[in-house]
Amino acid sequence: MKRLSGLLVLALALAGVMLAQGGGLINGAGATFPYPIYSKWFDQFHKANGAQINYQSVGSGAGIKQVTEGTVDFGASDGPMNDDQLKAYRAKNGTGILHFPTVLGAAVPTYNIPGVNETLNFTPDALAGIFLGRISKWNDPAIANANKGVNLPGNDIVVIHRSDGSGTTYIWTDYLSKVSGDWKDKVGKGTSVNWPVGLGGKGNEGVTGLLKQTPNSIGYVELIYAAQNKINYGTVKNLAGAFVKADLASVSEAAAGASKTMPEDFRVSITNAPGKTAYPISSFTWLLIPEKFKDATKRDTIKNFVKWAITDGQGDAEALSYAKLPKEVVDKELKALSKVQ
Amino acid sequence: MATSSIHVPGADPVDDSRSFLSRLRNGDEIARLITFLFAASVVLITVMLVYELWIDSSLARQKFGLAFFVTKLWDPIAEQFGAATFIYGTVVTAGVALLMAIPLGIGAAIFLAELAPQKVSDPLQFFIDLLAAVPSVIYGVLGVFIVIPMMRTFIAPTLKATLGFLPLFQGPAYGVGFLTAGIVLAIMVIPYIISVSREVLLSVPRDQREAALALGSTRWESTWKVVVPFARTGIMGSIFLALARALGETMAVTMVIGNTPSISSSLFAPGYSIAAVIANEFTEATGDLYLQSLIQLGLVLFLLTFILNGLARLLMLLTAARGSGTGRA
Repeated sequence: MKRLSGLLVLALALAGVMLAQGGGLINGAGATFPYPIYSKWFDQFHKANGAQINYQSVGSGAGIKQVTEGTVDFGASDGPMNDDQLKAYRAKNGTGILHFPTVLGAAVPTYNIPGVNETLNFTPDALAGIFLGRISKWNDPAIANANKGVNLPGNDIVVIHRSDGSGTTYIWTDYLSKVSGDWKDKVGKGTSVNWPVGLGGKGNEGVTGLLKQTPNSIGYVELIYAAQNKINYGTVKNLAGAFVKADLASVSEAAAGASKTMPEDFRVSITNAPGKTAYPISSFTWLLIPEKFKDATKRDTIKNFVKWAITDGQGDAEALSYAKLPKEVVDKELKALSKVQ
Repeated sequence: MATSSIHVPGADPVDDSRSFLSRLRNGDEIARLITFLFAASVVLITVMLVYELWIDSSLARQKFGLAFFVTKLWDPIAEQFGAATFIYGTVVTAGVALLMAIPLGIGAAIFLAELAPQKVSDPLQFFIDLLAAVPSVIYGVLGVFIVIPMMRTFIAPTLKATLGFLPLFQGPAYGVGFLTAGIVLAIMVIPYIISVSREVLLSVPRDQREAALALGSTRWESTWKVVVPFARTGIMGSIFLALARALGETMAVTMVIGNTPSISSSLFAPGYSIAAVIANEFTEATGDLYLQSLIQLGLVLFLLTFILNGLARLLMLLTAARGSGTGRA
């Protein structure tokens, strides 16, 4: 009798879960980088509209995979889907998928050189040279010339990069590919690459941990992580020739600079963007929304959410250290939303 | 009482099923059936695991074939994948770990089981069991904050000054690397060796010891020549357990190994292990070939565990045939 009632409870619980899934719960999966703001947005959207959106921060690659296979209603990624992936999506689902930028992030160079407390300036050549292993000493002219007055030691540089696949690595290598032909040919851009030199740390915290433990090292972390943990980081010379320190304004500026040449599908890289105060290692993060939905309620909820996130939702961005979308991009996205049917 | 609870009411057995049903009533048959199912599920899970890994890595197998095992390049952008550097890192770190852990672990087990008074032995055993239960990420933190700085400032300079003529101890020491990972793994597996070995040593019959002592051997002679050989199968079992843990350890290794796919004769050099690269790159692996290569790495790790365990077992059989006094252990 006891066992029977146990089974009954289990069956009821299962039925409850199934009902909840049938009742307009929307599932998304993808990038970890925007997870803090997405979860805040979903929570606020739920309070305002009652719609439940469930998001798993499983990584951009997994997000693209899951939305392609139809196991989630929408995906999210730190790097735009490439042409092969778009083709694969179309082949599998018979319809297209749209990219919607939501907020912006950036990757910043950070270093640990005993005796150097100044903020260092990095030229594109210096960064590419260091990460290619060509520049191996801190007092190399390529670094020293941009940092007059800083007493740089003649020690070997230890490069530290991310070991896990990540959107931050994508932004970093995308930038290096743009400023260095050698990097483009030998390494390329991606969430994981075959690094010419250096040690790998898992996650921003792994890179920071290794950096603190290793004298004369250089690495890169997300701007948000650096800001929240008060890690000092260097400036990078942008396309206009100015050394810019990454902050919310200079990252948004990079997006504004790129918005004039923004393609219709928003799949754009804004690294090395024009603009005097633009920070060159910036990037959008995207929501991946299918063009056609079978379920009209789901479609409307998702459309409402995107509309809300890129307008009212932007107000939450800066408190969480994400850079806001520039107005030009928001207007363009609002128009593009009508393509979702 | 047992029969009444499994009585089948209203059953009207036909003749040929009567014997089965009566055996069912006995309860033994049910117990046998259920436990058999449990045991069979272990085999089933293993088979399913290999099957899944095999099926899901077909693309990588077709593309790279056996060259996968010897290729050093791992380039997700160019879609060229090889396992050599990861196999090397996995074997070397596990080897370094066992080299340190086996003498330490067995020595400690002998002390706890044979020499220490119970007042010392029991509390110590409690701590060892506690160590065995510590999550691996904690050992990783220990590695990052204690072993890595120690390696850079003390262990590596000392080794270079004394054994620096060996290729094993040359080149720059960043703190992370094969040796650091090996040390952290050794710390992690020692509790397993101690715990299991101690239990085995304690279970050696008292008369074996008494006989040895009666024949005039010292306390140490009776321990080393009679008790330890008697318990060797069990001690080897503890080493297998340690080996399996060392090969598959992911979190602690990735925090201290440096995550750089390379093969270097120096133990100070940064490296990479199979488990670590899977954990690092699986979530962001875009593209079928990339993902399948990672899955194939899983298959390689499975194979590696299989082969190394087989070799260790073979070694045991060979030495057992040669040695004496192993008795029926």
